[in-house]
Amino acid sequence: MIAPERPLAAIGTVSLEIDGTDVRVPEGATLLEACRSLGIATPSLCYLENLTPVNVCRVCVVELEGSRVLVPACSRKAENGMKVRTDSARVRLSRKMVLEFLGSTVDVSLSSEFAEYARRYGAEPDRYGAPAGPQPLGARDAAVAGHHHAPAGDVAENVAQPVKVDNELYVRDYAKCILCYKCVEACGADAQNTFAIAVAGRGFEARISTEFDVPLPDSACVYCGNCIGVCPTGALMFSSEYEMRRAGTWDEKRQTKADTICSYCGVGCTLTVHAQDNAIVKVTSPLDHDVTRGHLCIKGRFGWKFVQQRPIDGA
Amino acid sequence: MEETDLVVLWGSNARETHPIFFHHVLKGIRRGAKLYVVDPRRTSTAQWADGWLGLHVGTDIALANAVGREILERGLENRAFIEHSTIDFDAYRASVEPYTLAEAERITGVPAAAIAELAENYAKADRGIICWTLGITEHHNAVDNVFALTNLALLTGKVGRYGCGLNPLRGQNNVQGGGDMGAIPDRLAGFQAVWDEPARTKFERAWDCTIDMKRGRRLDEMFEAMDHGEMTASYIVGENPAVSEADRGRTERLLRGLEHLVVQDITLSDTAQFAHVVLPAAAGWAESEGTVTNSERRVQRVRKVLDPPGSARDDMWIVAEIARRLGRDWGTPQAEAVWDEVRSLSPMHAGMSYKRLEECDGLQWPCYDDSHPGELFLHARLWETPVQGPKAPFFAVEYEPPLDALDEQFPLRLTTGRRLDSYNTGVASGQYRSPLRRGESLDISPHDARRYGLRDGEVVRVSSRRGSVLVPIRIDETLSPGLTFMTYHFEVPTNVLTLDAVDPKSGTAEFKATAIRIDKVEEAVAAAGA
Repeated sequence: MIAPERPLAAIGTVSLEIDGTDVRVPEGATLLEACRSLGIATPSLCYLENLTPVNVCRVCVVELEGSRVLVPACSRKAENGMKVRTDSARVRLSRKMVLEFLGSTVDVSLSSEFAEYARRYGAEPDRYGAPAGPQPLGARDAAVAGHHHAPAGDVAENVAQPVKVDNELYVRDYAKCILCYKCVEACGADAQNTFAIAVAGRGFEARISTEFDVPLPDSACVYCGNCIGVCPTGALMFSSEYEMRRAGTWDEKRQTKADTICSYCGVGCTLTVHAQDNAIVKVTSPLDHDVTRGHLCIKGRFGWKFVQQRPIDGA
Repeated sequence: MEETDLVVLWGSNARETHPIFFHHVLKGIRRGAKLYVVDPRRTSTAQWADGWLGLHVGTDIALANAVGREILERGLENRAFIEHSTIDFDAYRASVEPYTLAEAERITGVPAAAIAELAENYAKADRGIICWTLGITEHHNAVDNVFALTNLALLTGKVGRYGCGLNPLRGQNNVQGGGDMGAIPDRLAGFQAVWDEPARTKFERAWDCTIDMKRGRRLDEMFEAMDHGEMTASYIVGENPAVSEADRGRTERLLRGLEHLVVQDITLSDTAQFAHVVLPAAAGWAESEGTVTNSERRVQRVRKVLDPPGSARDDMWIVAEIARRLGRDWGTPQAEAVWDEVRSLSPMHAGMSYKRLEECDGLQWPCYDDSHPGELFLHARLWETPVQGPKAPFFAVEYEPPLDALDEQFPLRLTTGRRLDSYNTGVASGQYRSPLRRGESLDISPHDARRYGLRDGEVVRVSSRRGSVLVPIRIDETLSPGLTFMTYHFEVPTNVLTLDAVDPKSGTAEFKATAIRIDKVEEAVAAAGA
């Protein structure tokens, strides 16, 4: 008598050519994975290993022979015989334009990747003019879809707006949001399945919103913080980090990180604890860990205060 | 979990109590797995289920036996597996015979059709997993409850293979590791018995000492011994029994009666208030090096990120210092060296060097040597021909109602549990500000709120046969009439109410089934004045 075995994963491979080099990758691999296996630096903003690709940022596009349009490397699966170019003039121009549009409309100052990509592709977001002033809190959330008049062109339209601070655990700074959808994915079907946020509006008015734009404490949010964990631009930020940045005390050079295990339930989630001056400043989790896949719950992500709120002897 | 066909969460609100485990269940659901939830409350977990079986508190065995009987009735059992791999099947079959669908519906309150549906789908699924939590084990017949579930897995051959099995979801981050390391009355590290001569000799030789063969006491037996004056001193490390044990009045009396109580903890807990000596400790998960073992037997590394405050010290340092004062010099033990000693004495941990634990994101025991990958699941031996080791026994078990019976004086059933953002006695979770937190409440059904004329938020007196507390009401539409719910995360001393009747086999108290009464506060005050 023999127990049914674990089914073996498909182990077929496909061969393709990227920038003139032949490469063989496992069946089901994407062009992005194929590029990275060759060490070809391919930019990506909306892609993350633990989320389903949504192809919205278009910064990873590559030229595929026989394809009328550029294809997003993050989601296009590698196929036998494909011929791919990742550094053609067409690809470079497209990436540069994407970066300029984002850079001229969004505050990307906290994204380390963005600055590097902008350098690599010669993006000059400033050439679109001085940024339009910030809109008042809630103005973008009140926008309705409809006809748009051509802008005067003297300033660059942008999404600048005040930070939303409506709870103790994290803030939402949508002036920094590039609409990569990662937070929506992590809150939704890819991990948490809570569906507290989605994209509202259309076109330039598109924005991340809770249901009817209610404050987080009135929304379905359960404060797992998985949206913060995947945010690439600092639009979603732990209150601990936000307050320290405002006070000018946030200093990543003085921070250490170590992986340990959450002290709460028996699931055994790996916590990457970020500490500065012997105090925890935030908690994340490795994307590639079998137990968490980068995701945590409210206790693991936020429930650490007790270790540094103990009375010191004599105090 | 993600590649199974059917999951039964029995007495588990994993969506809130094991949220990241539930992520894996959700991945399974999205691949097409069915989910059945057995819970008196229609929890946020149950809201994801294909079927919710909202049984009366403590009627799990009647339900499980009826599921077993229905599987047999329809001929859906795995006859070949039963014959090849199990014993005592005939006694089991006879024992479930009285648990017809109609009888089970009468006892449990679950519609017969829902029971039949679970039986059919569980039996027919190629792969199926049963998981449980304290809804099964915090009863006076906890072990029988577990047997009732293991019987179902044996009946259908859903053990020892990929995507199948029986999983208790552990409540604390290292409750599995505590057991693994010998924190069981008659075990040494690696579950080796103190009465097993070769195993004991191995430890005695390594430690240069004589190990007492006598079985020690379980937690409930220790309190029993305190009550009889046989135990007069206690050394409590990282536990808060003053709040967490059932029947708080009795627990406090026994702790107060000790001649000497040492409490080693990271904070001055309620239990520490009774201590003669308090030893301030480092927080294991962030201020020291070591390992913990999770619910899937995965040993993982904890690492020191912070220096402990003030004179707080690593647990290992404290224990070594105490040993020194008692005349044994252990030097200054380091975590990795202690772990290597465990590996040298416990074969199931032998292959888990710190280096491998790091490289493999933890390893699941048993892991016998440096090339062993660890085991994804246990009991595959049952499928070998011939079966390696003993066959798996069925255990015939009978339904018994909860001990704290409902009557006219105490007509409502109180069950207890956790909420998403909080944890146990709140020593840790109470220190961060959660926007979800609403404080303690007695959650009751809309039906009972109307029946007793109670407003949402109204403070009432809740009484059991042991004591009473004042607590606000919260109307909860997920509760059935007659059912109420509380946690013990907050200042309200919920365990004043609970019964300390323990399961004789496991020593776990029946936290899940207390008979209570609700009195309006004005009426209670008036009654006290009369």
